[in-house]
Amino acid sequence: MDIVFFRLTLSLYLAATAGFLYFILKRNKKAGLWSHRILLLGFALHTVSLLIEYYHLGAVPGLSFKSSLAFFSWAIVAAYIIFQWKFGILVLGSFVGPLSVILMIFSSTIPISAVTVRPIFKGLLLPVHVTASLLGDGIFVIACIAGIMYLIQERQIKTKRLGAFYARLPSLNILDSINYHAISYGFLLLSIGMIIGSIVAQGAHGTYWRWDPKEVWSLLTWLCYAVLLHQRMAVGWRGRRSALMAIGCFFILIFTFLGVNLLMEGYHSFESLEGKPLP
Amino acid sequence: MIRIVDIGMNHETAPVEVRELLSFGKQDRDMAFHDIQAIKNIKESLLLSTCNRVEILFTTEREKEAKESVITFLSHVSGIAPGELRPLLYIYNDQEAIRHIFRVGASLDSMMVGEPQILGQVKDAYRIAVDNKSSSVILNRLMHRTFSLAKRIRTETGIAGSAVSISFAAVELAKKIFGDLTGKGVLLIGAGEMAELAATYLLNNNVAQMLVTNRTFSRAVELAEQFQGSAISFDETESQLLRVDIIITSTASPEPIISFDQVRRIMKGRKNRPLFFIDIAVPRNVESRVNEIGNVFVYDIDDLKGIIDDNVGKRQAEAMKAERMVDEEVLKFSAWLRTLKVVPTIRELQEKCERIYQGELQKTLSGFKDLTPEQRNGVEMMAKSITKKLLNDPIVFLKGKGEKGSQDLYLDIARKLFNLDGDTREGDE
Repeated sequence: MDIVFFRLTLSLYLAATAGFLYFILKRNKKAGLWSHRILLLGFALHTVSLLIEYYHLGAVPGLSFKSSLAFFSWAIVAAYIIFQWKFGILVLGSFVGPLSVILMIFSSTIPISAVTVRPIFKGLLLPVHVTASLLGDGIFVIACIAGIMYLIQERQIKTKRLGAFYARLPSLNILDSINYHAISYGFLLLSIGMIIGSIVAQGAHGTYWRWDPKEVWSLLTWLCYAVLLHQRMAVGWRGRRSALMAIGCFFILIFTFLGVNLLMEGYHSFESLEGKPLP
Repeated sequence: MIRIVDIGMNHETAPVEVRELLSFGKQDRDMAFHDIQAIKNIKESLLLSTCNRVEILFTTEREKEAKESVITFLSHVSGIAPGELRPLLYIYNDQEAIRHIFRVGASLDSMMVGEPQILGQVKDAYRIAVDNKSSSVILNRLMHRTFSLAKRIRTETGIAGSAVSISFAAVELAKKIFGDLTGKGVLLIGAGEMAELAATYLLNNNVAQMLVTNRTFSRAVELAEQFQGSAISFDETESQLLRVDIIITSTASPEPIISFDQVRRIMKGRKNRPLFFIDIAVPRNVESRVNEIGNVFVYDIDDLKGIIDDNVGKRQAEAMKAERMVDEEVLKFSAWLRTLKVVPTIRELQEKCERIYQGELQKTLSGFKDLTPEQRNGVEMMAKSITKKLLNDPIVFLKGKGEKGSQDLYLDIARKLFNLDGDTREGDE
């Protein structure tokens, strides 16, 4: 990513995060609103920088661990913006802000490695596959955060000890509703990502499905969310159980995103994506 | 010298019978206000009268006489002899009066610290004073500082942050569970003052329907009318639990009327939509185990009391913060008052110099008839700027002293140095 744009984005995310933390500590609404605006600006810059990178690279900027962390950070902020716009829960920013900053800083510490863009990465489908999958992941992050908030808030109300979070967190109903919407849309995007991915695979390898570790773990993640969605819609799960399961599924998702790419071998591993020969 | 005085009584100094005698209705208040305005020696004035307090805030240059007149006035209105009235009153001067009115506005002096009405009442009182032109430089600024300080305290501290009544705490909890209460259903089982109050609060929050049930159906019908709801028979309760979201129980039943198994059954039918029991009855109407069921929340009277106690404690801690903000603001205001004191001296100084240079200018110019207008102008400008520049340092010095102490001494010296008090020593020379 262009270093100037990266630094600008990171500074804005940092400023927004500081503001969001002040907002949740002091319950200063103005600080929250301004942080939100700053984050929007940072997001706009981030988007531009990703587009520039895409243009220069000729492929989606998510082939190395470094760039996919930054891309993931973008996806989380995007998901935040969507849910903040729909539900008006500024306090979400106090959780998303730090997360996006951590991912960006983490990304910046990884040395730039020369990526050889193989011809198969140059189509239009691959960016759609990566963007849909990552945006889905970003929305699942929101589901997980809402789940954590729900558990905290529910615990306070159930045990009748109303601590510092009681006034700061939104109502259980809104948190549960975020859970539902996030799971639904996240699931939709993940499904799109996987279908497009298999079409790309068909073009590149001549087969839709190769039992690559990433594919297997993605399928597991997909199944986990599918079960959760089913339980919600058909059985009437809500509240605590749904929140717990959204958090559980998210752990599988994190492993699919990080563990598989870093620890396991396969054509989705960053080593392979960056163009180094497979052992 | 001008002084700020506040004479008043509140819930701590005077019993309600006395406060009643002095609590003015709308018309009485206007009349009373005119009476106060008419008191000799009072320059600016403001009358605040609520059910918990009466305050007369005024500025005066003859403090003693003004105070006597105000006490006489209060004694006259209440029909209590001045001697008996005196111990029920507090009298604050200057800094203490400023602090007091700041505290009153910020709801730090209220019976329930942080209650929101008082600021509106103070604003009303000020508006009447303004309408009657009895508020001027000092009270205007004092009241505006009071309002902005009260607002700051409200937003920056938590003195008004949390519910301190059982019914209100219950409604707040309901909001934390359901979010918006619009469209929610409420079932009131049994009756009682607290239950009815909670029901009223819920109605104010736009709940969609209010069902009322009671062992005696006629009583249920009566209450339903009061809340624009509908009465249902006691046996229907369980089926209604499927429809409503908030249940207030307040019956005298010795046994729980809502059981664990019953609620578990109902939650299946509700597809786990949350259910909130507010159990105000003693002994409890809802089995305590019900709280263990997912998406069901039960608060009994002790739980609610516990929350309120916490909140009262929190408010008190926040009030300490607020007191510090008041202290700061009192210092700032007193500093401003002191700068106000140097204003007359500075003005007299300027006037005297203006007189001198005008006089000298006339004398000089009358000797030079054939000067061109430009030249005359030049001379005039020179005289003007010499006086201005000579005066600059003394004025800055006096203003600076206004913000610190030792001001009186320097004011005195300045007046003597420039002979502002019109002694006749000039002729002695």
